[in-house]
Amino acid sequence: MNQREVIIIGSGPAGLSAAGILLRAGAHVAMFERSPLIGGQLIKQTHKFFGSQKQYAKTRGYDIAKKLYRDIEAYQDHFELHLEATVVAIYPDRVISVYRQGVYQKYQAQAIIIATGASERLLSFPNNDLPGIYGAGAVQTLMNLYGVLPGKNAVMVGSGNIGLIVSYQMMQAGVNVKAVLEAAPNIGGYKVHASKLRRLGVPIMTQTTVKRAIGMTAIEAIETIRLDEKWQPIEDTETTIPIDTLCISVGLTPMHQLLSMAGAEMRYISELGGCVPHMSSAHETSIRNIFACGDVTGIEEASSAIVEGQFIGLIVSERLGYALEGYHLLKHECTTELGILRCGPFGEKIRLGQQKLKGGSSCSND
Amino acid sequence: MLKRLGYPSLEQVKSCFPQQDVLLKPKAIIECYEAIPCNPCETSCPVHAITIGQDINHRPQLDVDRCTGCGMCIHSCPGLAICVVSLKQDQAIFKIPYEFLPLPHVSDVWHGVNRAGEVIAPVKILEVRSTPIQDHTHIVTVAIDQQYLYDFITIRSPHE
Amino acid sequence: MKAFYVMILALKVVNHVRIHKHPILDFPEKKVIHFTFNGQPQIGHEGDTIASALHALGFKELSKSIHHKRARGFYCAIGNCGSCHMRVNHVSNIKTCITPLEEGMIVELEEGLGRIT
Repeated sequence: MNQREVIIIGSGPAGLSAAGILLRAGAHVAMFERSPLIGGQLIKQTHKFFGSQKQYAKTRGYDIAKKLYRDIEAYQDHFELHLEATVVAIYPDRVISVYRQGVYQKYQAQAIIIATGASERLLSFPNNDLPGIYGAGAVQTLMNLYGVLPGKNAVMVGSGNIGLIVSYQMMQAGVNVKAVLEAAPNIGGYKVHASKLRRLGVPIMTQTTVKRAIGMTAIEAIETIRLDEKWQPIEDTETTIPIDTLCISVGLTPMHQLLSMAGAEMRYISELGGCVPHMSSAHETSIRNIFACGDVTGIEEASSAIVEGQFIGLIVSERLGYALEGYHLLKHECTTELGILRCGPFGEKIRLGQQKLKGGSSCSND
Repeated sequence: MLKRLGYPSLEQVKSCFPQQDVLLKPKAIIECYEAIPCNPCETSCPVHAITIGQDINHRPQLDVDRCTGCGMCIHSCPGLAICVVSLKQDQAIFKIPYEFLPLPHVSDVWHGVNRAGEVIAPVKILEVRSTPIQDHTHIVTVAIDQQYLYDFITIRSPHE
Repeated sequence: MKAFYVMILALKVVNHVRIHKHPILDFPEKKVIHFTFNGQPQIGHEGDTIASALHALGFKELSKSIHHKRARGFYCAIGNCGSCHMRVNHVSNIKTCITPLEEGMIVELEEGLGRIT
């Protein structure tokens, strides 16, 4: 068994920020990342981020990843990075099993921080499995990371921030986005993102959804249909749009699997995106010294994940006896920042979800 | 309208503009209609003409008397929701953010486009600014007939 | 002569799907990587994953559904969904969307559950 002081699972904004604080405090950190690249989903974000300066506002996502990593690089002798290393099992005594290039290895740590992020939801409709139908994030990865276009003509399903942002990024890369569909009566994401897209001539069709995909070995077209106020399809409103790319952006769900496997107490909170861990105010799960932060604790913007990561970094460093100078002030700052990020109208869902989580309703009756 | 279609009504647009005589000097026009947690416009303004405050969900308030029309806020706004406008004879001069290729060249004539994405009138390209601090958000200065003051929002290549 | 035309054709496809000019990002020319897909020689780029290289070549079908043998492409591109599982260097169920492409790789479509060796 390999012994480590702190293990962080996931190298996205939450994991990197937690590592930054822990290393600064003097702790030894081992980070495990499934992908060959560090930075989680930040590295494919080509847009400038919202928020305030403390969360790197007006910086493009991939540059935020670089900045967060730069904070870590200075502590190379305390920091161990495992790329292409998938954590496939976790046990309540803080033991993990890691699969890497055909080899399994076990590690035990004094504290584990789970920052595994989220995965994209699917949408059910006939032929939704045809090649050419992707999660919106997948298209972002393909274009912005690997420089490969998903196709020539695309439709986006879902007008949340990801749907709007990825549509804009497809247009930047040279894909013709024919429409954004939204089942709800109103656009879901920030209207500034919607306006950026509208002025490019991309229609945003509210109360419209995809009825079915058409194609044999790849998508060739979709049939859309209008919905009434009760979300019921309106007959004879079908329209066929020929496309080779359909992006699904209907929300994210926390990657809770490791937490569930560890036996942490979980709750299903729809406002937070799915199954999330019940946590103390210090973001400690029901298992002592297993912590969680970022989207795995509830779907939010990356700016919140950054601050949450810093917060957990502080908590864990103190737990291990490495309290940073100004610990209480820094902790207070994180709490204040998170409060501000969540206090506007777009924070309503997360506020409600967190209330429910604290409220103590049991897992299955949500 | 904004919620359903993604672009504001004419009334909403006009609410973001000062009196026309103020626009004899260039001023920032901030089209930030929603309370979202964001404040780079405030922190980037060198003359402190934009105020959001402690709660960054507040919408930005512009002090038009202080605003010099320098355009620092244009590329600082992650929502590309700010442009700088002035009036010169019968022309409206816009400085707009632009993140597409190809870039226009000075003295080209491009399509002027409204908020719904429709071509409305020709615009003349006066300047294309691309400094490192803008981080790939180019600032294009264009001239368009003044009657499109409340309609014009972006440009499109005539060769598309 | 025939091989020459096939090469030209392949290059054309690559040029079409690869992004060369982008308003935000730089995509410089990268080293070529040779691999085979279902026994046919193919060309990818350094930095590609197996899935991104195949996509750039126009191969969108990466697996088949287990019961109905329906064509499947990748869905998530970050290792979550498993619809890009392929046989790589004779090992089954490799997530090709997060596996970097390497020189000489043998990539094959797989039907059914895959063989554990």
